[in-house]
Amino acid sequence: MNPAPQNLDDLVACPQCDTLHQAHALPEGTRAYCQRCGYVLMTSQPAAMAQVLSLALTAFVMLLAAVSFPFLSLDAGGLQNATSVIDAVLAFNDGLAIPLAVAVAFFILVIPLMRLAALIYAIGPLVRDEPPRNGARKAFALAERLRPWSMAEIFIVGVTVALVKVAGLAAVTIGPAFWAFSGVVLITVLKDQLICRYSIWEALEQPTER
Amino acid sequence: MGSAGTANGTITAREAGLVACRRCGQVHQSDAQFCKRCDGRLESRDTQSLQKVWAWLIAGIIAFIPANVYPMLRTATLVEQSESTIVGGVVDLLHYGSYGIAIIVFVASIMIPVGKFMAIAYLAISVQTKSATHQHERHIAYEAVEFIGRWSMIDVFVVAILSALVQLNTIATINPGIAAVSFALSVIFTMLSAQSFDARLIWDADRTTNAR
Repeated sequence: MNPAPQNLDDLVACPQCDTLHQAHALPEGTRAYCQRCGYVLMTSQPAAMAQVLSLALTAFVMLLAAVSFPFLSLDAGGLQNATSVIDAVLAFNDGLAIPLAVAVAFFILVIPLMRLAALIYAIGPLVRDEPPRNGARKAFALAERLRPWSMAEIFIVGVTVALVKVAGLAAVTIGPAFWAFSGVVLITVLKDQLICRYSIWEALEQPTER
Repeated sequence: MGSAGTANGTITAREAGLVACRRCGQVHQSDAQFCKRCDGRLESRDTQSLQKVWAWLIAGIIAFIPANVYPMLRTATLVEQSESTIVGGVVDLLHYGSYGIAIIVFVASIMIPVGKFMAIAYLAISVQTKSATHQHERHIAYEAVEFIGRWSMIDVFVVAILSALVQLNTIATINPGIAAVSFALSVIFTMLSAQSFDARLIWDADRTTNAR
């Protein structure tokens, strides 16, 4: 008993366990879970799209600030050493560790920036009720694919651990970039909570500009 | 709970003769190749899932061995030069009396990787033996592995920050050891292993219609 093809748009399959559900409009502020495995299928928050866009823009600017300002500096016995995020990446600059420097740069800077840029590109026009840009679906798919590889929040916890390790040996000063980076982490968590992937995909389904 | 109800009991897209897109949830007739909504490739089940899972998992376990044998940090001060492994670093932290941080590092660098190896192996074996029990528990285990796995990277970042920060010429310098590279590789391989696992296979075991 196959449902007729025209009904297929009303069905949603859980990406985790393949269970079919019928899509309905959700009451405001509620979430729809998969009946079998409990995966969140959709969330309903009107205006969420605009909030997600503004959070993504904020995070993008703050991440740029986190790269350019001093991050931490260390004082011990009259000697001083200031560190930026870039320096932390370049710590692995000898011989065999160079690929690791590249990987760390991707995990804490390049991938978070790419995700934010892709998201802004994809949903920017949707917020203004315009048709999606060319390649918007590819951009959103990329942002989704890169999600596990964006490790800014893990980096911040790593910084905390490192601070405790050196706190006994030297005086550490925290620079503006540290706060910018922490802000990015908080905003990213908030943004990932608000985002409803299903409705974004649905919105991106409209024909593109050209 | 939300209002996305099933039509009649629970039925999978595969049983209904349909194929679903894992990215966006759009359902298609089973002969469709690409998703009409998001252009993603459609596959009812990833038939090579377990092969990929095992390959990445074994690579991850192999990389984890040098990560624990070789030094993670090389510390040089005025008076002495020392190298510390992952476990050595935890012991040092305990000596300084920072128990909380010692626990974080121990959990992130030893317990989570080892726990992940075991959890992924268990998931793969249970799918291979077509086990139909503990499906909910196994699904939770899968989500936990996916969510927690990335956090093992903490130790690599700690090494990066320490090496960048503690560069005080003669007084004290810290440099990364080669174990940092193999540890990072181990985490990356295990993440790829978890991502290759097709969670829908967990739920297929009790479905007779899915016999291939």
